Amino acid sequence: MPPQLKTLLPVLAVFICIFLVARHFLIPDSFGKYGHYRANSMDEIAALPAHHIGKAACMDCHDTEAAKLNSDLHSGLTCEVCHGPGWQHMDDPEKNKLSKPGTREFCGKCHDMNPARRTSVIHQIDIKTHNIDRANCIDCHNPHAVWEMKD
Amino acid sequence: MEHLYEMLKQVDGYIYPNEIELHWGILIVLYPYITGLVAGAFILASLERVFKIKVLRPTYHLALLTALAFLLVAILPLVTHLGHPFRAYEIMTTPHLQSAMAIFGFVYLWYLMVVLLLEIWFDYRRDLVLWAEQSTGIKRRLYKILTLGVTDLSPKTIAWDEKLGFIVTVVGIPSAFLLHGYVGFIFGSIKANPWWSSVLMPVIFLLSAMVSGIAMVMFLYMVVSRIRKVKIDMPCLDEIGKFLFMVLILDFTLESLDQVHRIYEAEESFEILHMLVNGKLNITLFIMQGLVGTIIPLAILGFFRIHLPKEKIRKPLYMLSGLMVLVGVFFMRWNVVIGGQLFSKSFLGFTNFKLGMIGAEGYLMAIFWLVLPFCILSFFLWLVPPWKKHAEAELTE
Repeated sequence: MPPQLKTLLPVLAVFICIFLVARHFLIPDSFGKYGHYRANSMDEIAALPAHHIGKAACMDCHDTEAAKLNSDLHSGLTCEVCHGPGWQHMDDPEKNKLSKPGTREFCGKCHDMNPARRTSVIHQIDIKTHNIDRANCIDCHNPHAVWEMKD
Repeated sequence: MEHLYEMLKQVDGYIYPNEIELHWGILIVLYPYITGLVAGAFILASLERVFKIKVLRPTYHLALLTALAFLLVAILPLVTHLGHPFRAYEIMTTPHLQSAMAIFGFVYLWYLMVVLLLEIWFDYRRDLVLWAEQSTGIKRRLYKILTLGVTDLSPKTIAWDEKLGFIVTVVGIPSAFLLHGYVGFIFGSIKANPWWSSVLMPVIFLLSAMVSGIAMVMFLYMVVSRIRKVKIDMPCLDEIGKFLFMVLILDFTLESLDQVHRIYEAEESFEILHMLVNGKLNITLFIMQGLVGTIIPLAILGFFRIHLPKEKIRKPLYMLSGLMVLVGVFFMRWNVVIGGQLFSKSFLGFTNFKLGMIGAEGYLMAIFWLVLPFCILSFFLWLVPPWKKHAEAELTE
């Protein structure tokens, strides 16, 4: 056998052994219990604080708005779609206020004319020309009850 | 939530929510680019070793060291992109056997440990022993470690170096093809993306890798010769130019074939791809990849096939075409990686990509990873300079 291989083969064997030993210690205990992942990560992820709390949690306090919302076209939306994640607000409603957007740009994200959006599904207007006397959409429309018009 | 509404400004038409932000940025552009340089440089080296094109001898060791320097950096943009360096080893310890990317870790390791390091070691072992005897201090210790204790310089052992090195190179050629073909496969196998999904992708990646690797070695050979103040071996440079021309033609043909095929088939995705190519990828595809990276170098190198001008004119033109090819191949990777994420898989809209400067995904980081291989190569050239290797005649004695 050439002297090179007399050295290289043991080096390769040592390398593979180190890899196997390292692999043994590096693989987490619960790996592979359910599938190709660390089973313990499920509990860890479940223990993380929820950022979006869901419509039901909002309804506990804001039942009037929720009832209005659920009665018409926006009923498919959850509160946090417009107001943002509510977890901090739920902990301390006085300190952490949620946003109340109602500008032309904001509502226009869904309701501005877009040929790629089906008008039969989403009501669309041109935000640049539609009733330009009023600055914001919520000056006339109530987003919780879209049929309602303000003065 | 506000962040999402802000981001919608960069969207045209209809797009799925998870397509607004590009998940793969410039670092993922660099990954196939650097890997390609490795495969290309190695294939150029193997032309000399296996296919006995002796005129390429002056670039043989430079090509190998270039391949090694770039290979060491090849995965680092990926690690930066993923952002969890302490978890990076998991791709090796718990690889998912059905994941193309997980197997890449082993392809990479095979190529690094079994092909490149071994070939360079067999090639340098004799010199390492001799250098260890001649030098002092830390350099001497370094050389001694690198010999791995095999200090036998008998003709029989040296003949073994040659023989084993040759075997490794022969194994190395399919390995180099595998390494880069694999990178192409990772993109080509994504069937949801019509810009990527093509069986030609691995072949195109491989050929563009060869183009970029050959151009890089040509460029480095000229720069290193200039720094060392030695005369450039013009027959060698002409031969590299010839190979660059050949591979560039093949690469251009296959990439065109891929596009022509796409145009002729005109599947349902065609319209959006047509808009993509004529819109957001206009400059990077037609100007940078097509004109700068392919047509002009092809014209220059093709002209040299018809008429060989004086050395004084050829040298800067080789330098120029090498650099242009390198730029072109970079933009080829850009067009694949970035282009494939700019359009919605609903085929109804586009998002936008703005390259930042600062941060892990900024271009400063990309420049860092692109400069690092050159620093590593400089270190290699200082430690194991190919021009200080002991004469060939001694080796075969």
